[in-house]
Formats: sequence, structure tokens, C-alpha cells
Amino acid sequence: MLTKRIVVCLDVRDGKTTKGVKFEHNVDIGDPVEMAEAYYEQGADELVFYDITASAERRGIMIDIVRRVAERIFVPFSVGGGIAKVDDMRAVLLAGAEKVSVNSQAVRNPRIIEEGAAQFGSQAVVLGMDALRDPSMPSGYRVVVDGGRVRTELDALAWAKRAESLGAGEIVLNSIDADGTREGYDIELTRMISTELAVPVVASGGAGRLDHIERVLTEGRADAALVASMVHLGSFTIPEIKGYLRDRGVAVRLDY
Amino acid sequence: MVVGLIDYKAGNLGSVENALARLGAATRIVDRPERLAGLDRAIFPGVGEARAAMEALRERGLDRALAALSRSATPLLGICIGCQVLLGRSEERDTECLGIIAGTSRRFPPAPGLKIPQIGWNQVYHRGRHALFRGIPDGASFYFDHSYYPEPASAEAWVAETDYGVRFASALARGSVVAVQFHPEKSGRWGLALLANFLAWRAEAS
Repeated sequence: MLTKRIVVCLDVRDGKTTKGVKFEHNVDIGDPVEMAEAYYEQGADELVFYDITASAERRGIMIDIVRRVAERIFVPFSVGGGIAKVDDMRAVLLAGAEKVSVNSQAVRNPRIIEEGAAQFGSQAVVLGMDALRDPSMPSGYRVVVDGGRVRTELDALAWAKRAESLGAGEIVLNSIDADGTREGYDIELTRMISTELAVPVVASGGAGRLDHIERVLTEGRADAALVASMVHLGSFTIPEIKGYLRDRGVAVRLDY
Repeated sequence: MVVGLIDYKAGNLGSVENALARLGAATRIVDRPERLAGLDRAIFPGVGEARAAMEALRERGLDRALAALSRSATPLLGICIGCQVLLGRSEERDTECLGIIAGTSRRFPPAPGLKIPQIGWNQVYHRGRHALFRGIPDGASFYFDHSYYPEPASAEAWVAETDYGVRFASALARGSVVAVQFHPEKSGRWGLALLANFLAWRAEAS
């Protein structure tokens, strides 16, 4: 039986792992390579790195981090943030990441999904989508970009379906309303996207307690749950999260 | 010990290379048949899709080189797409493949609640005994990422199985050739254990 994945997310700025609320007030919390290795040993099923470094010339720092992470951890990881061209995708994949995630740039240029999937396969191309609750949209959610600061005219469900048809192999779905609140994932949003799409959905934004993770993986129908603050700030360990899920009948990988 | 990594297109060999480095094995990139000479064993990794992989192999003459290698005693390990194209045919764009192991790669049939591709960790159950799984518990978790699965023509080739709507062969073997649908290089400790077993395996020519 395919198990539900616990995915640890590391936001990286200027070569350091950072944590903010609603993409603001960031503080450095450690070295991404060391943290990745620690989470690997704790049994994280997958890791996600988002490069939130603003300037283009720092891109090399991220590639170096990807290369060092790939030498030390033997579970899959993806890299996102500022991926605008197929060449950016190639650089990240050749440095050792399994998957590359596109978000705002894919909204501006959906062809990057198609080109990426044609070159590297759908399994390598992840759509990151930030959704904001908005009753005026057909699905009830609007796509926002640039870390939630800029609204688009796209409906979240319609965009997710389009990205899937263009070749995205997975969706990391982040609720802007829930992000950073630690009050739980947006179950309704996750369930809608996961039920309507054929590709796996990774739920993101809002994890604070163990039952939040359980709910999004069961009621929310997510294939994987993304955690950040919950584990970075020392409140919970990966084994605690997985033990809790196992005790409630959620299939997770325990033999690491 | 030098392990050849079959390179048939800008594919990502880095992950397998890193895992082998961790296990202390030296690697050589094999992008043309001559570079297979003198190798102790070879790994045929793969991501992407079957037709592109086959075209790239033919372009480089690696299709025939792999067929010749499979008849020798040099162990060969196929991974993911590298496993699928060892079979005779793939349903992915109806592609004729290498035919080193008789069988077909089939697309997962649609089923309620099952996502395609299968992405994530699933259990691998042994069928019989094979050196590849020495010391690895029955039902250990490995990382999968695929929409097609291998279906060997003969039950003898079927080394391990996994359930995803259908029970499929997640590991296959024929003589000196072994193939796995999962990614051992991304499957944590059991994946590294399987690769170490492959490095230690003394195969016989088929």
C-alpha cells in the first residue's frame, strides 16, 4: 500500500534556512544541508527547498546547497523559487534534485510546465500553487503569486487542472489563508483539488498540531502533508508525527 | 570496483552516482559502447519516458551493447525507466524496447482513489529469494515514481511485488540482469542496502 508522505519544507534565503509568517518577518534558523541530513535520519519521506533569495546572482548558492544535499540524503527532494526557464530547471535537476517546482513563473508563462515535462518528464515537474479563499471565484479560491502578494485572475481549480494537462506531475497546494497560522490546513481546498485531479497533491500551510496532519491526509484526501515550523521549532519530531498517524490508522513509512 | 552508469540523454545520473559514492564504488559514465569495456558491473538508471529513452539508446548504439552485456556474466541493474525498457515493449507511446527480459510495461489502469503517477513509498514483498534482497526485510519500503509498471512474461523473472491497484513486479531478474521499478538511490537505508547487494552480487551469465 502506498503510504502518506511527510514532507519537510525548508525556505532558504542567502544560503540559510529561514522561517517567516505569511512570507514576512523571516529569521534564520539553521544550515539547510545540516537540517536536511537531520530530517533524513529522522525519517522524513521527502524534502522541499524554496529559494526565497531575491537577487539573481545568488542563484549559485542554491545550486551549491542542492549539490551538497544530494550527496548526503537518499530520499527525494524538490527545489523551487525563482525557476523561470527550462535552463533553471536543468541546473537544479543536474545538481541532484528529483523535482523542480514552479509557481509564479508558471502563471506568467504556463509553457514552462509543458517544456519542463517534455525535457525531464512529468515526474520532475511540480506545480506550486498559492490559493486564497475568494467567494467570487468559481471554485471559491483564487490563485495568488509572488508569495501571496499579487492576485491573479485565475481560479485555483481551473489552474490546477490546466497545469496537470500541461504535464505537471504533482501539485504542492498552499493555502495563503492558513499559511503560518498553525491553526490547521485548509481541508476544503485540499479535498477539492485532490479529488478533482489525477496527480498527487501535497497539502501545505497551517500545520500546528498532530491532528491537523491527520485530518488533511484523511478528510482532505491529500497524498502528502508538508510541515515546516512544526518540526523546525522543535515542537514535534518526524517520529512523533508518524507514530501519531500510525496509531490512527494512517499508513506511513516507519522502516527508515 | 568500477560501475558503469549508462548515460543515454541529459538524464540525471547524479543521484545514483551519489549513492554509489556513499557505498565506496567508483563510477564511469557510459555514453557509447566502447566505454563498457572492462567494467565490473553496470547500472541503467532512468527517468523520463520509454520512447525517448529507446531513441537515445539506439542513437548511441547502446541498445546492442546492452543486449550483448546482458548475455555476459557482468551484472546489470535497470532502475525505473531503465527497468521498463529492458522488457520487450512498453505501452508508453507503444514503444518497442530492448527485449532483454520478456514482458511488457503497462499503464496503471484508472481506479477510484488511486493517483497516477504512483508517487511515494510503497512496500516491496519478496517472491522467492534473490541476492538483491539479502538482509532486507520482506515488505520494506522503497520510493516509487511511475505511471507504467513492468509485467514479465514469465513468473520466473518475478523477484518481488508491490500493490498499487494491481500487484505488479517491482523487481525482476534474468541471469546476470536485475531490474527494479522503484528508485533504490532515493529509498533511504533499504535502497542503499539493495545497491550494496548489487555491488556484491556474483551473477552467472544467462
